[in-house]
Amino acid sequence: MTFEVGSGLSIGAILVTVIIVAAMLIWVERRLLSLWQERLGPNRVGYFGLLQVVADMIKIFTKEDWIPPFADKFSFVLAPGIIMGVILLSFSVIPFAPGVGVVDSNIGVLFILAMASLGAYSVMLGGLSSNNKYALLGALRATAQMISYEVFMGISMLGVVALTGSFNLREIVLAQSDGWYVIPQFVGFVIFLIAGIAESHRLPFDIPEAEQEICSGYHTEYSGMKFGMFFVGEYLGLVLIASLITVLFFGGWLGPAFLPPIVWFSIKVFGFIAFFILLRAAVPRPRYDQLMSYGWLFLLPVSLINLLVTGAIILSIQ
Amino acid sequence: MKIAEDKLTADHAATAPLQQLVRDFGDAILAQQETCDGIPTVWVDRSRVKSMLRVLRDETSPRFEMLFDITAIDERLRCHREGQPDSEFTMVYHLMSFSGNCDFRLKVPLMDNDLNTPTVIDLWPSANWYEREVWDMFGINIEGHPNLYRIMLPPTWEGHALRKEHPARATEMEPFSMDDEQLDYEQEALKFKPEEWGMKRESENSEFMFLNLGPNHPSVHGAFRIALQLDGEILVDAVPDIGYHHRGAEKMGERQTWHTFIPYTDRIDYLGGVLNNLPYVMAVEKMAGIKVPERVKVIRIMLSEMFRICSHLLFYGTFAQDVGQLSPIFYMFVERERIFNIIESICGARMHPGWFRIGGVAQDLPNGWEKRIAELLDFMPARLDEYDTMVMKNGILKRRTQGVGVYNTEEAFAWGVTGAGLRATGFEWDFRKQRPYSGYENFEFDVPIAINGDSYDRCAIRVEEMRQSLRIIKQCLDNMPSGEYKSDHPLTTPPRKENTMQDIETLISHFLSVSWGPVIPANEVTVAVEATKGINSYYLISDGTTNSYRTRIRTPSFPHLQMIPEISKGFMVSDLIAIIASIDFVMADVDR
Repeated sequence: MTFEVGSGLSIGAILVTVIIVAAMLIWVERRLLSLWQERLGPNRVGYFGLLQVVADMIKIFTKEDWIPPFADKFSFVLAPGIIMGVILLSFSVIPFAPGVGVVDSNIGVLFILAMASLGAYSVMLGGLSSNNKYALLGALRATAQMISYEVFMGISMLGVVALTGSFNLREIVLAQSDGWYVIPQFVGFVIFLIAGIAESHRLPFDIPEAEQEICSGYHTEYSGMKFGMFFVGEYLGLVLIASLITVLFFGGWLGPAFLPPIVWFSIKVFGFIAFFILLRAAVPRPRYDQLMSYGWLFLLPVSLINLLVTGAIILSIQ
Repeated sequence: MKIAEDKLTADHAATAPLQQLVRDFGDAILAQQETCDGIPTVWVDRSRVKSMLRVLRDETSPRFEMLFDITAIDERLRCHREGQPDSEFTMVYHLMSFSGNCDFRLKVPLMDNDLNTPTVIDLWPSANWYEREVWDMFGINIEGHPNLYRIMLPPTWEGHALRKEHPARATEMEPFSMDDEQLDYEQEALKFKPEEWGMKRESENSEFMFLNLGPNHPSVHGAFRIALQLDGEILVDAVPDIGYHHRGAEKMGERQTWHTFIPYTDRIDYLGGVLNNLPYVMAVEKMAGIKVPERVKVIRIMLSEMFRICSHLLFYGTFAQDVGQLSPIFYMFVERERIFNIIESICGARMHPGWFRIGGVAQDLPNGWEKRIAELLDFMPARLDEYDTMVMKNGILKRRTQGVGVYNTEEAFAWGVTGAGLRATGFEWDFRKQRPYSGYENFEFDVPIAINGDSYDRCAIRVEEMRQSLRIIKQCLDNMPSGEYKSDHPLTTPPRKENTMQDIETLISHFLSVSWGPVIPANEVTVAVEATKGINSYYLISDGTTNSYRTRIRTPSFPHLQMIPEISKGFMVSDLIAIIASIDFVMADVDR
């Protein structure tokens, strides 16, 4: 068995790494937040609190797996599985480094968008099946937000696709060897960043689970491992968005040769994750309708203009 | 300008309305009562009380814009009622005039066999909760009240807690137990029934959702429940439900001695610390005729202002947190911690020092206090500026809070809003400025006002108040008078020790004072202060004994919460959270 795209070793390594990274992010986020908030954060379990995640996992695995009697059992159980499933599947098209990846798909970008759409089902089903008013409000907000921001996300990616002439993410990376797309596609990058945060519903776009307003939104009724899946799913989503930004706009694994490609990829991804965490520490949450009108009245026209201008320039050069 | 010491009311201003009432109502006035706070107190029959209140609100000069408080007194065991009409239960209406800067008190005598009195909700909407509380606590029926349900105690409670026959301690009652049947009964009683509040379950176009926000919800700041009628996410109506934090502080006031009640006051507005002691000890001092030394006054002001900053910092942080900004609260807790450390080094305790005493403070300032206060003055201003950039200038926060939860000055009067909520409507009125107490007239500070009366402005005012408080603390530091930390009046509690061993008389009085506590002469008094959240007042009645006959605590948060449905209709759930955050309440201050 060799280490190449699609080999069993590669798939296994990616799966395990991605899940471990997502779980460790819980610790990273708590430590980084506390660093920025003049406090210490978890520092008791293991060195620097590194085993906090292990302790959390033991707790979450041994908790009673409770399904509320008033919930719709089938979809209640299904919902957290969907979010884990679709995000892990999305990772299959991410080119981590030369020779490291699950599939080399020609429709990588489309696949990502399709999976993101399926992700909306998870929060919707989770909220509806809980049969709880807070969960319902959260599901409503989440569905509206995810469906809207998928539109801008898709359009903002198209500029990159047009420049490369391919939906294959690996080719998109290779096409950036002359220069990262963040420069010609800066507007697309900003829109993708905003839409990406909205898709992974983190502060400032954590409206579907706004703790101060609707408790925990769609996963209010979840506990134990099912809650854990939503929780890790959210961090997986974070890693995915950071990876996508790296791949689409920051040249993926490309970088000076003194470091191996996979390290360049990891550094870039971690940089964006840290940025997301800093954002969470800094910015308040807009109101649900403000977020919606911001999307449809501002992001949509800007992303469309960006796409048209990109297209016009490409055509005029040819 | 020299202003009379501890002036609560401008007597001359309130005499004109009194004369007008005497002229207009003549024989309807049953008696006029003298109280040591100088507030004109008029006894009137219940058939005329409403028209008299209307005249006071609309026609007298000056007008009494605000219904400050409604409460009642169980008079059945009271001995000293010289010159007062026969009454077993007395309704007390306390009005406040902002234009004339004076107060007025109306009393209505009621007999136990006919406990009925008309509602005044149509004059002041804020009367609603006050009247419910009177019904809940005394069993006085308010005729014409739309929702005369219990407000503090659970709906299943038997008896009326502030009546004299009701026990004050759990040990005087049957042991508490709750079986399954009782549990179901209690839970059923807590269920929200929209019909009881005149709410429809559906409109022509849509079915409403009734959302139970609280009593345990991340952003209701304690145990507070508000039942929302929602159309989508738009708020159609809301019913606040309070009482989950009720501990019977007023009943305890009748149980404890004058001195031993002081620590309880700390826990009324539990963020206000010694700022709660202040109106209480000043009220007792007024009845006892104690004049406190200048040094005491300045020490009291200095600590009060430190607690004001602490309370405002917590408000500031939670306000930002409730609109989704995670970090400010942590920074502000760091500051708060440093101030608490200073308070601890002075008082020995942090949040609830209970440090003021009748006639003084517990101890003199410790050696080196100046250094620590100077430290505070040193680090705070820069941090406040930093928070401005982080919170107040943030675009998202502005969009979330500007134009949300607006009310004007008239509405503020109608609903009994005081403090920063009133000043945010553009009305400059600060108790410390208008009726200086404890020597505030000697300090230079500004009263910040805003014009829009929205959630953002309410926050902005408190931010500026912190700066003004720092100014006051600076002046305390620079001009701390020397002298005693306790008055040498015989009723000062605990009395000064150094005279104890001089002769048998001082030994006896010392012994009585620390064992039974001081005997305060029979009188009535209301003393109010500008507390952290608005005007906080203590209405104390002494019957010439070692404890209070009636302790009425009028807290600012109580009317503020009542107003929530009025100012949040038509907004979204997220806005409601911003409005709740901007009000700055703690449930202990509401429920007492």
